[in-house]
Amino acid sequence: MRDDAGTLLTLAGYFALLSLFAIGGANAAVPEMHRLAVDVMHWMNDRQFTDLFAIAQVTPGPNVIIVTLIGYHVAGVIGAVVATLAMCGPTAVLAYFGGRTWERFKDAPWRVAIQAGITPISIGLIAASAFVVAWAADHNWLAFGLTVATAAATYLTRLSPLWFFAAAGALGFAGFV
Amino acid sequence: MSGTPRSATPTSEASLSPASGPAAKPPTVIALFVSIVLISLCGFGGVLAWSRRMIVDLRQWMTAEEFNEAYALCQFLPGPNVVNFSVVFGSRIRGPVGAVVAFIGLLAPPMAIVTVLGVLYAHFGNVAALQRVLAAVAAAAAGLMIGTVGKMAEPLLRGGLNPGPFVALATFVAVGLLRWPLPWVLAVVVPASIAIAFRARR
Repeated sequence: MRDDAGTLLTLAGYFALLSLFAIGGANAAVPEMHRLAVDVMHWMNDRQFTDLFAIAQVTPGPNVIIVTLIGYHVAGVIGAVVATLAMCGPTAVLAYFGGRTWERFKDAPWRVAIQAGITPISIGLIAASAFVVAWAADHNWLAFGLTVATAAATYLTRLSPLWFFAAAGALGFAGFV
Repeated sequence: MSGTPRSATPTSEASLSPASGPAAKPPTVIALFVSIVLISLCGFGGVLAWSRRMIVDLRQWMTAEEFNEAYALCQFLPGPNVVNFSVVFGSRIRGPVGAVVAFIGLLAPPMAIVTVLGVLYAHFGNVAALQRVLAAVAAAAAGLMIGTVGKMAEPLLRGGLNPGPFVALATFVAVGLLRWPLPWVLAVVVPASIAIAFRARR
């Protein structure tokens, strides 16, 4: 654990920048987080990243909380706070002011075009996130089966995701996955 | 607490919807905070469903249309959607104070919980059983995302021949398969996709 000022600055700058590219929410930015945390900065390995992702998923609250875990892993509690505020603060300010302006241009053609143009990109980004996590997590056929089964159950039923996580955790604990 | 209630401002500014504001009167700052904390603590696997239930169904602080509109805006804005939504919601209900209270109420509880989990992981992350559990949960979480993408993509595929699916596919290939840096990909894909959408409308 390194908690010097340089590391904190890196965390803050990196997540503040990343948040601006997170079109479609925190989960859309998972591939970029993975690329930087694992491949570029070498803060953690592949398995640690998927572990943190799994912990963030089973924690209540917004999915962005994976950033808190990455920050903690890199620079302790201060790192956790710095990373989270950097990821959420700037865009929250943008949302505060943008929310008021945006309403005024509700029916402007350029606004409708922007919204129509952005939607498929955010879907593509979340699909990429799913692929990156599945690629790192599915290191055997049973894990792959678990991914497929959960995808099908999510698509076809309205069950709470908590049930899938509980079942998966139990299978993992029992040593099946 | 100097927050002045501003719940009526955005609707009257837009002057599009008939003045049909939320059915219930705006909550106090404390009631707002407590509700957001509850939403956050209940929100396993995403907060959206819980915030809708609390804000629209239970407390009636927003109508269904107001909720959809505010949420659509936050999906479009960069950054964590639900955090953005909490800010927009809080500011509409209780002005700047409401925005800050909602932001803190949404983030503080899970931050505390996840930090404790992070400490535990730092100590026990190498225990084999825990590794198996986390690997299995991550596999399921990937499936959850795939299923959600499937649901989100349905309207794109239903719209006949349109550029949407191709834009989504190109983004997926560039970021997911080729692992190109996100800023570069977006610098190309965002203007291209908006231009295509703009032309398609004319």
